[in-house]
Amino acid sequence: MAAIELKRVVKHFGAITAVDGLDLDVPAGICLGLLGPNGAGKSTTMRMLTGQAIADSGEIRVLGYELPGESKQARLRMGVTPQLDNLDIDVTVEDNLAVFARLYRVNDVPAAVDKALDLARLRERRTDAVDKLSGGMRRRLLLARGLVHDPQLVLLDEPTVGLDPQIRTQMWSLIDGLRTRGATILMSTHYIEEAERLADEVAVMAEGKVVARGKPADLIAEHAGQLTAEIYGPPDHLAQARAKAEASGLRVRPAGPAIAVVGAERATDGVVPDDALRRAASLEDVFVLLTGEEAE
Amino acid sequence: MNEVRVRRLDPAAITGIMSREVANFRTFWVSTTFSSVLEPVIYLLAFGLGLGATLVNRVDGISYVEFVGTGMVATAVIFASALPAMFGTFVKHRFQRTYDAILAAPVSVEELVTAEMLWIGLRAGFYGCFPIVVTMFFGLDPSPGMLLIPFFSFITALGFAAFGIAVAGSVDKIDQFNYVTTLVITPLFLVAGTFFPIDQLPQGVQAAAQLNPLHQLVVLVRHAAFGFVSTDLIRVAVLIGFMLVMWRLAVRQMTKTLID
Repeated sequence: MAAIELKRVVKHFGAITAVDGLDLDVPAGICLGLLGPNGAGKSTTMRMLTGQAIADSGEIRVLGYELPGESKQARLRMGVTPQLDNLDIDVTVEDNLAVFARLYRVNDVPAAVDKALDLARLRERRTDAVDKLSGGMRRRLLLARGLVHDPQLVLLDEPTVGLDPQIRTQMWSLIDGLRTRGATILMSTHYIEEAERLADEVAVMAEGKVVARGKPADLIAEHAGQLTAEIYGPPDHLAQARAKAEASGLRVRPAGPAIAVVGAERATDGVVPDDALRRAASLEDVFVLLTGEEAE
Repeated sequence: MNEVRVRRLDPAAITGIMSREVANFRTFWVSTTFSSVLEPVIYLLAFGLGLGATLVNRVDGISYVEFVGTGMVATAVIFASALPAMFGTFVKHRFQRTYDAILAAPVSVEELVTAEMLWIGLRAGFYGCFPIVVTMFFGLDPSPGMLLIPFFSFITALGFAAFGIAVAGSVDKIDQFNYVTTLVITPLFLVAGTFFPIDQLPQGVQAAAQLNPLHQLVVLVRHAAFGFVSTDLIRVAVLIGFMLVMWRLAVRQMTKTLID
């Protein structure tokens, strides 16, 4: 049974269509990365899964429960880490966890709090107020709060957005630990590296729907081939190189100060300049080709 | 695996949210209690002793200090319920994003609103008794009926807490609370019969005052102190009705605000 099933889900906000006929299933036990640019519909999808947004049409089932009618029952077995820090900053670390253990109807609250403190590596700081913690500690606590009831399904909404690389790596380590425990994870992100490192499968969202889905390596092979050639130089040089590559049927995308010719292994002689930087095709190439957005 | 079945208005959800409020309250109870105790003392000194010693001696057969002291219960209740509910709800929703976290757990908006109301109601019901205690130091004699004052304060505070939550769920900006305090809370507070008897007001205002829950509370508290009458049951029913209407209104407004 799939942990999450969405069929033809549509959600409008006034004239804006945030989710547009979304079909998505997440099999139990995998980590699915929901990758997409800002405004692709990732956060709205997450909110629909927690019952905080109601779909205008379509069907949503979570852990076998039909939403929105059985949303509370589904949320009992689901943990959520939000994009924004919404901890109670004046309250102690352990009280933040205990409140949510009670909300999730945990029988042994002290034991659940201890376990979550260990997970977040905050046992030594349990009696400190949250506003005394560093940014990384707060993010770990936020993650642990969503796991205090040992959920079957974990929703991570941009779990490392705005974090510095060191803290991001700490969070990745914790999320990787969740995968090995067998939890099903749906993780929205717009960081390519995050999806590549953590996700068993990636669904690329754009304009409210999934435009590609698969294992990162399969997506790369299908949409970006084997090699990408990055060409650097002045604008007129780049314009000429782009025209030449596109004329020979290759796809070209912007790559910061350069252009990237995707599927460069198929380029005929002279299409890609000799001084171009050739590298293995990446998920970033797929993301940019499919969404038209620059990756982060 | 947790096999609990969740139900509507689940006590576990409500007490869970209230435990969050208690955890937060432990960090600021001193300042809140300080103002809740001191304010009635200041009002009693200013109005009860000031006016009582100079302009007014007795009102409706009781000393002016006792008249104001018993009436101050309603003032303490509305200021400890409607205002914290308005500002607290708005801040937790818009700035702290607390409700996003709570609603991601197995909690409904109805449970969230109910828990917030209950917590504010308990607090305001407790603080509402302080003016009576203070007035006792100024000569008010204890009576058995006063044991019901916490209950009267509690049900009135529930209604005004729900009112505050409904307001918070209806405004776009925190500044808009100024309209509510000026146009609703201040008039309710002034025509409650706290500082002067409303039977000296024009007939129309007297009739309107009967619809004011604070006036019903003021009368009930005075009767609790000096002797109940049979129509007090109707006053209790009015307060319970006010609370129920405001509860449903708060749930409706917060659902509109919190659920997209």
